Amino acid sequence: MAEPMKIRATVTGDTADIKVLMNHPMETGQRKDPKTGQLIPAHFISEVTATLNGKTVMEAEWSGAISKNPYLGIKVKGAKAGDKVTVTWKDNTGESNTADATVS
Amino acid sequence: NAFAAYNSAAFSAKSVADALKGMGATSPTESKDIAIKAPEIAENGAVVPVEVTSKIAGTTNIAILAEKNPNPLVADFKLENGAEPYVSVRIKMGQTAMIRAVVTAGGKSYTAAKEVKVTIGGCGG
Amino acid sequence: MAIDSKQALAGNAPSDFYDIPTFGNVSLMHMTDCHAQLLPIYFREPNVNIGIGSALGQPPHLVGEYLLKHYGIRPGTREAYAFTYLDFQAAARTYGKVGGFAHLKTLVDKIRASRPDSLLLDGGDTWQGSATSLWTNAQDMVDACKLLGVDVMTGHWEYTYGAERVKHIVENDFKNSIDFVAQNVTTNDFGDQVFKPYVMKVMNGVQVAIIGQSFPYTPIANPRYMVPDWTFGIQDENMQKIVDEARAKGAQVVVVLSHNGMDVDIKMASRVTGIDAIFGGHTHDGVPQPYQVKNAKGTTLVTNAGSNGKFLGVMDFDVRGNKIVGWKYRLLPVFSNLIAPDAKMAKYIEDVRAPFAAKLNEKLAVTEDMLYRRGNFNGTFDQLILDALMTVKGADAAFSPGFRWGTSLLSGDVITMDKLMDQTAITYPSSTLNEMTGATIKGIMEDVCDNLFNSDPYYQQGGDMVRVGGIQYTVNPNNTIGNRISNMTLKGKPVDANRKYKVAGWAPVGEGVTGTPIWDVVATYLRDIKVVTPRKLNTPKVVGIGNNPGYVV
Ligand SMILES: [Mn+2]
Ligand SMILES: [Mn+2]
Repeated sequence: MAEPMKIRATVTGDTADIKVLMNHPMETGQRKDPKTGQLIPAHFISEVTATLNGKTVMEAEWSGAISKNPYLGIKVKGAKAGDKVTVTWKDNTGESNTADATVS
Repeated sequence: NAFAAYNSAAFSAKSVADALKGMGATSPTESKDIAIKAPEIAENGAVVPVEVTSKIAGTTNIAILAEKNPNPLVADFKLENGAEPYVSVRIKMGQTAMIRAVVTAGGKSYTAAKEVKVTIGGCGG
Repeated sequence: MAIDSKQALAGNAPSDFYDIPTFGNVSLMHMTDCHAQLLPIYFREPNVNIGIGSALGQPPHLVGEYLLKHYGIRPGTREAYAFTYLDFQAAARTYGKVGGFAHLKTLVDKIRASRPDSLLLDGGDTWQGSATSLWTNAQDMVDACKLLGVDVMTGHWEYTYGAERVKHIVENDFKNSIDFVAQNVTTNDFGDQVFKPYVMKVMNGVQVAIIGQSFPYTPIANPRYMVPDWTFGIQDENMQKIVDEARAKGAQVVVVLSHNGMDVDIKMASRVTGIDAIFGGHTHDGVPQPYQVKNAKGTTLVTNAGSNGKFLGVMDFDVRGNKIVGWKYRLLPVFSNLIAPDAKMAKYIEDVRAPFAAKLNEKLAVTEDMLYRRGNFNGTFDQLILDALMTVKGADAAFSPGFRWGTSLLSGDVITMDKLMDQTAITYPSSTLNEMTGATIKGIMEDVCDNLFNSDPYYQQGGDMVRVGGIQYTVNPNNTIGNRISNMTLKGKPVDANRKYKVAGWAPVGEGVTGTPIWDVVATYLRDIKVVTPRKLNTPKVVGIGNNPGYVV
C-alpha cells in the first residue's frame, strides 16, 4: 500500500501554511523502461482534495507531469492552531491515500 | 465521490490551445496580477518548483501548463472556503518552455507565463 | 561620496602602497574566488569578456585599455598590470607574482590594525582549485581561512565536496569562528533553510547584517548528486524578506556576500531594495570601483573582487544613524613582493604542502609560451588540455569546460604537477570519449553559449564558453539559443549534422561516469612532449557585436 504522506501545517496570523509530500511514482505512461524498451503504464495521482476541519478548501486534478513523490503547498485563511487538515489523493488506477495533521 | 469528473479532454490535449478549450478558457486575458515563481534555469527538469499567486479578486481556479510538454496541462486547482489564491507544486519539463498559469475569477479567465530553461549545464566560474 | 580611484591607483611609491587612510566607522574586507591558491601566482585577466544587451560597455565587460580608461588607471603601471592582460608577460616579470595567503595575511592584519572591528568576508570558491585542497578534502583551506581570520563566508565549489562534508565543516571546524551564510539554499522537502541566511555583527556600535548568497546554479553547473537534498536558485523574494527582517531587527547597514556573478548581482540590485552593497564573486571580475545600481528605494553598490587571491577589497562606510552618508572603496591588488609574508601562515602553508612535495614538484614539461585560461572562448592552457585530450584519446574533437579558475604561467616556466592541478583539481575529474553526431555537438555548444550570452543575466551561469578543440566555428553572441553557432568545420570540412564524431571531454556532471582523471591524461601528454610549443589557439570567429569594449583580439 502507499506510504504515508508528510504534512506540515503551521499558522501565522490566521493563515495556515499547508505543505504536503506524497509518495507516488507519477508515471506518465509515455516513459520507456530503459531495460526492456517497453512503455511503463501510466500511474499517477489524478485527484487531490484538502479539507480544513472537514470543509473542502481545495480540489485538484493532476496529470502525470507532476513530479515523482509530489509536493503540494496551499494557504488557507481563517485557520488557527489545533485545526485539523486532511489531504486525500486518488490515482488513475483507483488507489487512494489519506492523511491528517493538526495545525500548529 | 467528492471529486468532479476528471477533465480528460483538457488533460489529454496535445496543444496549449486545445487544453485551454478543454478547460473552457479559450482566450484568457494577459494579467500582471498573476505571479509565477519558478527558477529561470531548472536544477532538474524532472522537478521544477512552480508557485502561482493570483491577486485577482474572486479567484476560484488556478491551472498550470508547461507549454512544450506532450500534454501541456499539468494541474488544475479549485480553491474555496478560505483557500488563498496560491498553489505550489513541482512539475516535469522535458525542455526549455514557458510555464503558463491560467486563473479563473468571476467566470473570466486570466493568464501569465514565465520561461524556464532546461539546460545540460556543466560549466562555471 | 567621492570616488577616489584615481588617487588610490595613481601609482604611489611601493613603500606606502598599502597605507590606506581610514574613513568612516564601518569597514568590510572582501576576498573571493581564491580557488585554494595558498602561494603567490600569476593570473592574466581576460582580453575577451563580452557584454551584450544592457551589459554592453558596462562593468565588468570592459577589457584592457577600455577598463583602464573607464577607471582612470594609467597604462604601464603596476595597477594596469593587476587589472588587465596588457603586456602581461613583461609586466609580470616587472611587478612579480600576486596573492598568496601569507602575504594576504599580512595585508589583512595591517588593514585590521587601522580599522579595529573590521570584518573579513570570503565569497567562496575557496576550498577548490589546487592539488592540496583536493587531496586534503578541503582541510588545508579550511584551516588556512581560520588562520587568516575570515569572519563570514558563502560558497559555490565548496559544495562539490558533497553536502555532508560542507555540513561537517560548517558545524565543526567553523564553530565559533566562521559564519557560513546562504539565504538561497533550502531543503528539497519542505524548503527549510540549510544554513543561516545572514548574521548580524556590531562594529563601532553600528549593527551590520551580512546576508549570504551562494552560487544559484550549483546543482546545474556542477554535479547535482553532490547536493541531492538541497535546492539553490536566485530567490529574490526570500532575499527581500531577509533584508526587511534584518532592517526590522535593527541593522543599520545591510550587505550581501554574493556568489551570483556580477551580471546577476547587478540585476538583483535593481529588483531587491534595501541592500547597501553587494560584495560579489564567481565571475572573477577585478572591478576597481563599485558599480552603482539604482532601484525603487535607493542605490546599491555592486563590487566584484577578482580571483585567485589577487585582490583584497576594502569598503569603508561612514554610517550616521541608519544611513550610510559616505563610502570609499579600494580593490587592492596583493603584490607579493611589496608585502612581507606572515611567518605563521608561511609555516602553515609549508607544513600542509610538505607531505605532498614529491608529487607536487614533479616536472612534467617546460612551456615556451605564456599559458593562461581566462577569456570567453579559449585560453592557451585550455588549448593544451584540448590538444592532450584529442591526442591521448584519439578523438576528432574535444570539449573542455569554460572554468574561470586556473593560474597563468610565463614562457620558460616549468609545468609541475602542482601547476597542472591548478587547472584540473576537481572532485569529478573523469575524462570521457563519446560518439556524437554533428547535431548533438552543435546542440551542446548552443546550450553552453546561451548560459554565457542570454540577454537576461538570470538565465546565465557565469562561466565561459566551453572550449572546443578540432572544430572551427562562427559565433554571434547577440542571437538567440539555437542560432548563435554557425559554419562549423572539422579539418576544413563542414561538420555533418548526421555523421558521428569521436569527442573527448572531462568533468561530467552526470552520476556514475568513469574515466581516467583529466590530470593523468594531460600529464601523460606533457611527459611525452616535454616542451610545450606555442599553441595554436582555436577561437571562433565572433560576429555581430560591432565595436565591443569587452572584446580585443
Ligand atoms: Mn570562482
Ligand atoms: Mn564560482
